[in-house]
Amino acid sequence: MPVVQFWLTHRGELMTLLQQHVVLVFVSTLVAVGIGIPAGVAAARRPRLGRAILVAASAAQTVPSLALLGFLLPVPFIGGVGPRTALVALVIYALLPIVRTTVTGIRNVDPAVIEAGVAMGMTRRQLLWLVQLPLALPSIIAGIRVAAVIGVGTTTIAAAIGAGGLGEYIFRGLSMVDTTTILAGAIPAAALALSVDGLLALLERRIRRGRTTLAGAARAAAAAALIVMIFAMAAIARTGGGAVVVVGSKNFTEQVILGELLAQAIEAEGGVRVLRKLNLGGTFICDRGLRTGELDVYVEYTGTAVSAVFHEDVPRDSRQAFERARDLYARVGLTARDPLGFNNTFAVLVRTGDARALGLRTIDDLRAVERTWIPGFGYEFLQREDGYPGLVRTYELRFAVQPRAMELSLIYPALAGGQVDVIAGDATSALIESLELTQLEDSRQYFPPYDAIPVVRTASLLRHPEIGRALARLAGRISTDDMRELNAAVDLDRRPVQLVARGYLARLPRVEQ
Amino acid sequence: MLVQLDRVSFQYSGHPPVLRDINLSLQTGEICALVGRSGVGKTTLLKLVNGLLLPTAGTVLVEGRETRLWDGIRLRRRIGYVFQDVGLFPHMTVEENVSIVPRLEKWAPARARARAHELLDLLGLPSASFAGRRPPALSGGQRQRVGLARALAADPSILLMDEPFGALDPLTRSEVRQEFARVQTQLHTTVIIVTHDIAEAFALAGRVGVVDRGELLIYDTPRNVASSGDPRVRAFIDAVPPRLPH
Repeated sequence: MPVVQFWLTHRGELMTLLQQHVVLVFVSTLVAVGIGIPAGVAAARRPRLGRAILVAASAAQTVPSLALLGFLLPVPFIGGVGPRTALVALVIYALLPIVRTTVTGIRNVDPAVIEAGVAMGMTRRQLLWLVQLPLALPSIIAGIRVAAVIGVGTTTIAAAIGAGGLGEYIFRGLSMVDTTTILAGAIPAAALALSVDGLLALLERRIRRGRTTLAGAARAAAAAALIVMIFAMAAIARTGGGAVVVVGSKNFTEQVILGELLAQAIEAEGGVRVLRKLNLGGTFICDRGLRTGELDVYVEYTGTAVSAVFHEDVPRDSRQAFERARDLYARVGLTARDPLGFNNTFAVLVRTGDARALGLRTIDDLRAVERTWIPGFGYEFLQREDGYPGLVRTYELRFAVQPRAMELSLIYPALAGGQVDVIAGDATSALIESLELTQLEDSRQYFPPYDAIPVVRTASLLRHPEIGRALARLAGRISTDDMRELNAAVDLDRRPVQLVARGYLARLPRVEQ
Repeated sequence: MLVQLDRVSFQYSGHPPVLRDINLSLQTGEICALVGRSGVGKTTLLKLVNGLLLPTAGTVLVEGRETRLWDGIRLRRRIGYVFQDVGLFPHMTVEENVSIVPRLEKWAPARARARAHELLDLLGLPSASFAGRRPPALSGGQRQRVGLARALAADPSILLMDEPFGALDPLTRSEVRQEFARVQTQLHTTVIIVTHDIAEAFALAGRVGVVDRGELLIYDTPRNVASSGDPRVRAFIDAVPPRLPH
């Protein structure tokens, strides 16, 4: 089983991700319990307030999880790249089931029992704690169970904003088009969901049979909290205190390799510890991370920086594009360092078989097939001004069908498999060769230069000169061929990113400054 | 007087009166039974005594003090309450149910426990085998006795009983009723019992009141009630095959 092999070679990382996952789910569920039960009690007692609370909780639940994370990212105090934003989103999702079952549980208490409590001289508070909550407890536990199980699933998505957890394997696997890596994250996540479900089902049954009381449940929760605290402490201890440089990357293979390369180069300088937040869900999230200080450095591309980050037209000249990006970054307290050496421009790709049969050579030639072909593009490419809209304008293309929008990682196999006929990919992708694809020439020079440049927080650069030395060591040392080779090593040969990066770095001499 | 209702009326605002001009008094140790058809205001009268409702006119005095001046929680802790549905707490054991008011009153745990066991034994539910059971595992008659024990646990000065035996089959009903009569003679608790069964009222009570459409038609000894010439009282008594006391 390749998955088992994967787990064995990634033992340490797997345990860390599992820990992060458990901590995220547990803490978010606990917070949701702390908010949800009182809210449910209030809702059960005051029907009008109750309706408002339930409507609000239901509305929050309907926001798709990725969108919710996107909304939360720019919010001050709770937003930002990392587990905090994920926690807020997870809490919001966990609230509805808990509030709803609390309300149901309390409303379903036999009125005769309530009447007895009142006639016995119980205060409202005593009635709640001695009668209503204990009798609602099985229902509430059922709600917590639903919330926790949903939480395990939703937490996998939190990896997109750098919160960690088992979702990292899933996203990494998606970006590498590697089922093994996807399964390496998906299987433990499913197992975790099942065991959380089983444990809480057990607790629920014990309470229904009267073997566990409110106090017992509280004790169980406290014990679980203690264990998870120790877990969390261990996780924090592992990341440690002291000076930390945080390296980010977007969520495709090349970016992950570059992030790892950067991280190792900085580590090689000594003096600081490096935290990796690789596989973040896109340009926006990485840029946001830099500006809020959650990230110290990641690799951007000149064309993307000028157009997608700063919404300006990109100069066609490579040098000018870099200078423009550097100036724009300087205004917001970020430093663009010297290009790494390769230009990862967009490549318009078709199947080599089609190219030969139809004699396609340049993007212009696509006009011959625009009536029948199905284009497929990544979400970012479809949206960005320097992507699809500009492409069809420049080449006067009129595709008969709407382009299929899909995950970047799914585009290559979709083209190779014939679901789509033309895509925009990365010029450095290893898949171009292995999937027998052909790049059409950009004869009208539509695509601007996309030279890879490390972008650093200027403040971090001053505080940690190690970063500057590490970046100087990499500057100009990675050619387009080198990058394609690195990508191939990971995507095709399935070699671990860490090892690929280590091997490459060993070839580069250290720089004295 | 332990309980005294003086020209008491009650109505929910915007609705016709539930009770009109009720005068009634009760001395320590007395048992009073209120009979009448369902929905004539008997339960409302009980709720006026334990302060869950306050009269819209007139005064209700408990231990010489108006109910509107009592702290409702304190008042209800001094008054036992038993009703048809019993309302035992299903998540608590029999012992926990019986000792609930003593525990609310912060009795020492050992004392509350001893009291619960004493009452269970007294009501024919040997504590050794019943204390640890839960209500769902009890028969209807057993539940009713636990409910009675619970109402008596904190030595209430008054016991209110609302159709306490209404849900029981006839045999169990007379059994529990006899049990109750025996216990009452031992404890000398003051009791107001509401029932639609006039035979039950005559069997248990020293004083019987007949309630009809919010009015107390008569409030007297069973013998005087039985021989009343009031046609409305007569109609009620004659409708039921009487088993007169001697």
